[in-house]
Amino acid sequence: MKSAPFKYYVPSEIDEALELLYQLGDEAKILAGGQSLVPMLNYRLLSPANLLDINRVSELKRYSLTDEGLKIGAGVRQREIELSPEIELAFPVLHQALTNVAHVQIRNRGTICGSLAHADSAAELPSVMVALGAQMVIRSGVGVRAVKAEEFFKFHLTSDLEPAEILTEVHVPKLPAKTVGAFEEVTRRKGDFALVGAALLGQWDANGQIQNCRIVCSGVAPVPLRLRFAEDIVNGTDLSDQVLVNVQQSVMDSLDPTEDIHTSSHYRKIVTGVVVRRGLSRLVDQRGAANGSR
Amino acid sequence: MAVDESRADPVEDKSWISVTINGSKQDYLVEQRLSLADFIRNQVGLKGTHLGCEHGSCGACTVIIDDRAVRSCLMFAVQSDGSSIETVEGLAIDGVLSPLQESFQANHALQCGFCTSGFLMSLVARLREGPIDTESEAREALSGNICRCTGYSGMVAAILEQSNSIQGIKENS
Ligand SMILES: Cc1cc2nc3c(=O)[nH]c(=O)nc-3n(C[C@H](O)[C@H](O)[C@H](O)COP(=O)(O)OP(=O)(O)OC[C@H]3O[C@@H](n4cnc5c(N)ncnc54)[C@H](O)[C@@H]3O)c2cc1C
Ligand code: FES
Ligand code: FES
Repeated sequence: MKSAPFKYYVPSEIDEALELLYQLGDEAKILAGGQSLVPMLNYRLLSPANLLDINRVSELKRYSLTDEGLKIGAGVRQREIELSPEIELAFPVLHQALTNVAHVQIRNRGTICGSLAHADSAAELPSVMVALGAQMVIRSGVGVRAVKAEEFFKFHLTSDLEPAEILTEVHVPKLPAKTVGAFEEVTRRKGDFALVGAALLGQWDANGQIQNCRIVCSGVAPVPLRLRFAEDIVNGTDLSDQVLVNVQQSVMDSLDPTEDIHTSSHYRKIVTGVVVRRGLSRLVDQRGAANGSR
Repeated sequence: MAVDESRADPVEDKSWISVTINGSKQDYLVEQRLSLADFIRNQVGLKGTHLGCEHGSCGACTVIIDDRAVRSCLMFAVQSDGSSIETVEGLAIDGVLSPLQESFQANHALQCGFCTSGFLMSLVARLREGPIDTESEAREALSGNICRCTGYSGMVAAILEQSNSIQGIKENS
């Protein structure tokens, strides 16, 4: 099907975009990469009167990697971040997650911020940003505010954004030294939204024990789900096979995941246990590297 | 910003765009809700770009914009203003198939052919980034497009043949 008619605006300055958004209110939709929005327009699930295309706002097209961390503007495509060797080195977990987002052809258009604003509960990037402790920078005609990733996602397809606000940037703080990470997921077909995904981070201490472990799952709940009970089990351990078995069992016993057309709650629970265990064993693989030459 | 008079909207829901399609640059007046795919097919008249699903799942509509493969059903024509677009019609030169198309033909990489232009454009963009040496790389390169006929084996063979011959040319020169 084809999109219903809309009035098209294509500002080149951020202030112009915010002003337009303020005037048009909830009669307008922001068009970023269009990889989620345009399918909905074509299906006519949405038919906004106005479309505000932010692809020509040059200020939003920038990203920077500094001593403080990574800043990604709303115009930056997923593929740009995926292809940066410096970002792959600094945030391997982000790179791994990106290679699992849809297909190259989609990532060539889709933006990082668009995926976060869209807030699909099965998407990879929201859980990675929660694990990384990222901050969302949100602008409107009246000012700027920052929201922690952990508080930004409200429900499936619902974020903290108000209609007149633009998520202009996401900030990812620099990771502590010796941080190891992994992203794991189970998908039916390559490029599909995953049944379950897990972003994991942690640090090996001098005694060979994992500390500050973060485990955040996608696809399990309406928002990225931080498995604090599982983090408590693994922190301070050597992630021995026995620990991994215990965590996997505890994940399966504790969760009550979403049921949908893709799979049952029961199967998803089993898959979550497996995905978490696999992610943790990838952290084990990196123990030597983290305590070695670096 | 100076307003270019020729570009001022004659009709509210239309805009002028200037695009380079397979090397030739032209201006078009497009309806704003027109998808890039429908623009290429119906306004430019290049019917080689196919539409399967119109929501981003199948890849039949893949074209190359400024060197990147994208779904033309998920872009509006108006968004392509100023860009360079390559479609399957740009691959053959004077009726002579490109080497990748030759390999497709030789390896039975198509049956009904509906998906073929999308696969070719995805692969052309991918092969510009570097060779595809293994079957798993070939399958990865194919993974963003769907074919309902071939079972993909012919395409894998065509890609590997193609990549080997590009390598061969480079090594011998
Ligand atoms: C076939 C297919 C497979 C896919 N598979 C996956 C997958 O496996 N995993 C995955 O995570 N995603 C997947 N996606 C979705 C894809 O990642 C989208 O690119 C992403 O979800 C949206 O980013 P976008 O820039 O395209 O945003 P758009 O589609 O332009 O916008 C999405 C929504 O966010 C709003 N929005 C966008 N940017 C902003 C902003 N800066 N501020 C405020 N609001 C904004 C829009 O108004 C809209 O409501 C898939 C898509 C397709 C078509
Ligand atoms: S027609 Fe565009 S992806 Fe199917
Ligand atoms: S050849 Fe028929 S769909 Fe691919």
